[in-house]
Amino acid sequence: MIDTLTRIKEGAEQNINRAEDFETLNEVRVKILGRKGEITQVLRGLKDLDPSQKVEVGRLANEVKDGLEKLIEAKTQQLKARQLEMALHSERLDITLPGRPVQAGAQHPISRVADQIKAIFTGMGFTVAEGPEVELDYYNFEALNVPRDHPARDMQDTFYITEDMLLRTHTSPVQVRTMEKMAPQLPVKIIVPGRVYRKDDDATHSPMFHQIEGLLIDERITFANLKAMLMLFAQQIFDAGVKVRYRPSFFPFTEPSAEMDISCVNCGGQGCRVCKQTGWLEILGAGMVHPRVLEYGGYDPEKHTGFAFGMGIERIAMLKYQINDMRLLFDNDKRFLQQF
Amino acid sequence: MHASINWLKDYIDFSWTAEELAHRLTMAGIAIEGVEQVGDDTVLALDLTPNRGDCLGIINLAREVAALNGQDLSLPEIAIKETRESIDDYIKVEIAAPDLCPRYTARLVKNVKIKPSPPWMQARLQSCGVRPINNVVDVTNYVMLECNQPLHAFDYDLLSDAKTIIVRRAQAGESITTLDGVDRELNQEALLITDNGRPVALAGIMGGQNTEIGDQTVNVLLESAYFENIGIRKTSRLVGLRSDSSIRFEKGTDVNGVIIAVNRAASLLQELADAEVVAGVADCYPQPVAEKQVLLRPARVNYLLGTELSSEQVKGYISSLRFSYMNQGDDLLVRVPSYRPDINQEVDLIEEVARLHGYENIPAQLPCGIATQGRLTELQKFRDRLRNIMSASFYEAITYSFVSARHFDALRLSPDSPLRQVVALSNPLSEEQSIMRTLILPGLLETVSRNLARKNSNLSFFEMGSVYYPCPPGQPQEVLKVAAVVAGRTEPGWLKSDFEMDFYYLKGIVENLFNSLGIQGVEWKECQDPSYHPGRSAWLTSGDAVIGVLGEIHPVVRQNYDIKPRVCAMELDVIRMFELSSLKVMKESIPRYPAVERDLAIVVREDLPAAEAENLIRQRGGELLRSVAIFDVYTGEQVAAGSKSLAYKMTFQSAHRTLTEAEVNGLMEDIRSALCSELQASVR
Repeated sequence: MIDTLTRIKEGAEQNINRAEDFETLNEVRVKILGRKGEITQVLRGLKDLDPSQKVEVGRLANEVKDGLEKLIEAKTQQLKARQLEMALHSERLDITLPGRPVQAGAQHPISRVADQIKAIFTGMGFTVAEGPEVELDYYNFEALNVPRDHPARDMQDTFYITEDMLLRTHTSPVQVRTMEKMAPQLPVKIIVPGRVYRKDDDATHSPMFHQIEGLLIDERITFANLKAMLMLFAQQIFDAGVKVRYRPSFFPFTEPSAEMDISCVNCGGQGCRVCKQTGWLEILGAGMVHPRVLEYGGYDPEKHTGFAFGMGIERIAMLKYQINDMRLLFDNDKRFLQQF
Repeated sequence: MHASINWLKDYIDFSWTAEELAHRLTMAGIAIEGVEQVGDDTVLALDLTPNRGDCLGIINLAREVAALNGQDLSLPEIAIKETRESIDDYIKVEIAAPDLCPRYTARLVKNVKIKPSPPWMQARLQSCGVRPINNVVDVTNYVMLECNQPLHAFDYDLLSDAKTIIVRRAQAGESITTLDGVDRELNQEALLITDNGRPVALAGIMGGQNTEIGDQTVNVLLESAYFENIGIRKTSRLVGLRSDSSIRFEKGTDVNGVIIAVNRAASLLQELADAEVVAGVADCYPQPVAEKQVLLRPARVNYLLGTELSSEQVKGYISSLRFSYMNQGDDLLVRVPSYRPDINQEVDLIEEVARLHGYENIPAQLPCGIATQGRLTELQKFRDRLRNIMSASFYEAITYSFVSARHFDALRLSPDSPLRQVVALSNPLSEEQSIMRTLILPGLLETVSRNLARKNSNLSFFEMGSVYYPCPPGQPQEVLKVAAVVAGRTEPGWLKSDFEMDFYYLKGIVENLFNSLGIQGVEWKECQDPSYHPGRSAWLTSGDAVIGVLGEIHPVVRQNYDIKPRVCAMELDVIRMFELSSLKVMKESIPRYPAVERDLAIVVREDLPAAEAENLIRQRGGELLRSVAIFDVYTGEQVAAGSKSLAYKMTFQSAHRTLTEAEVNGLMEDIRSALCSELQASVR
């Protein structure tokens, strides 16, 4: 009997190990452990043995049975694992093929840069103000210290609607509109993005373009503040290493007035085609708010001072994205817009 | 304007190279945009700001250099040997329009020998871009370039016998033939120099042909006057003529410089044309301009600039400009010379101090004040969000706000359409850009057309911007719109999962957009917009308000824009959308009780709007009906001709309990019978 069991065990172990699929393994299981299986037969035959053998053979038979069951279970796991592995293998994709196209879109580089500029200044505590594009002569010129027939009007060729109404030539009218609303509250701390218009159309000018204007009025705002704040801005919008310089300039609504140059973002200040070999790029105009403009806005220029600045968004976008032709920005060619 | 360095060196000594000088001047606000070698001279190209017209004169430019390097100026010496005659015997000068001409002076030089001016003078004129003509004309130009005082020379013998110059306004319709041979008609704002009633010069702009200096000229009357800038500017614009003279008067000249200039010219003519100078200057100056005195407070300088300049430093900068001053305690009462018309108030002097101190020497310091919150308004946030969502499905375009009126016909607008009421430009660059848009659509259709012409296919664009409705006599109403166009298919790929961007594509995007922006209760109504396909367009409404239009563009409109493929478009009012949006994040808790789903297919007449069936289902389903979704629309062999099958998936759920089978069956029965009785539907 014991020999039989040993024989069954060895034969079964061999068959289990050899089984390559669930079917074969099941056959082995049925043959050994099934209702008519070899071990089952042995266990059934126990009752015919004499009691002294009965205990020993019974223990051994159960041992063999448990061992084979474990072996079958292990083999089952092994086969399952292999089956999964094969299934996964058969589902393999060419991961180098492109993904399913999602209908794409993109923000225009101008609104993208406008958003970046807005984010920088709202981070510095500015709010965003807006005003009409079809503006009164009063707000666009007169209240900004540019009376009628003033030579400074030549700086900005203007589209007129009527004698008193025009397309704003800059975002600056919103300065006075905001001051009128806020006076005498302090501080006035706004930026003004928007479309502006000048009667000019060539490779470097578009009759419609975009500006962002800034205005900060408080009790003790100085030219030194202007320098520091606009330098921070330049370093945030371009990069932290950018150098900044200020040159005296003239705007009727600021005094002293300045142009801010940054070290050329193309050549790093060595001199190149982009900066016309100067190493510097002019990016914005600024200055201390002219006392007359403060008066027009309802503030006392003796007590309140402020600075204002303005820049062309196209200019910043062209420098940031190395766009060499302004007209591309208003051409709306899909191949251009796709790149942003 | 160009300035010769050789010439400049006559008046001021400096050791800088031309490049160094250019840099110094630029950093002090006199922008030099180029340095050029002309023969043995170097020429600076000036890019002057409008306030510094004074630097159009070499002497004034020399003053700037002197302020920067502290060297002394050496101004030209004027030595005239006058004849014994008196100018009063030769000419009388009267000003009839002192508001336009506060001062008019004249000098007479006799027996001039007209010939070419000497080579050194010709060279200097040429390096400044002025063409030499003869010694008399060249001298007037030379003095203008030197002193920034335009002069004019009349042939004295061509004046009438009255020998009286009257400066007066032109009469309406009066005209003058200027030196360039052009006959110029004038209005009553123009100023004329007249002789015995006859115009002999267009004041400050150009002389008249009738008294021009020629080879035969013997006696020359030199004019040196001060004209008000606004008048000159107006007339120069009126006649469309800008001369070296008018440019200078427009920017403002020196009322006290007229005598020096006319004397300088006389002395040069004496030297270069053997002229005899008649004694005296005819000087008509009815109301002498008072000297300008401006108070400068060094404390105020520091207050505005954020500097810590001492009083001595401030005085030093003022002195370097050769401005004299009187001390008034800590402050300075500065006498502003009349050649600096740009300086009128304290802040102008502060700017002088700032630029001479150097902007680079002013510290950079962040302001310390009350901290402010930088934030966006709800509307601004809404717009940013809208733009971001749109940018995921469309390329953002920016088209001009001004368009051509011909678009209205191309868009099939009726002749009385309110959209034809426009804000028109009075001086457009072209007809193409002559009116402010009342729709964004035309710009986007042109964008599609242009892209197709360039073989770009599968197009989707959006634009967010204003349209302009006139409200005379006030400013127009500027209404913010978002518009989009699609044409072609979604991006193709090797998986072939692309599809046509049709009405339902655009509608799907808008539904999704409204969902993201919390806009509810929008109804889609049949629309009669002439630019759109009558059977494939909708007005989006909420209550009485129209949010906008969405649909396929009318085939004729497509043709008008040279677009072959079908195009769908929309144009929505952003402010209306904002007013309807509510961005509550969590609307309600997730239900704990199970949902019951039922499908229902009905057959209805083909032209029944599906929304009617859905509305009825919702109405009968009541609050237990959580959602209705249409999942199939079918017309064809399986249903009778003239009808269609609609299949809905309905989800019933209660927030408070588990629904019973019987309850749901009851609701379904209500829905079925209502559909049958009210919409003549049959259940499949």
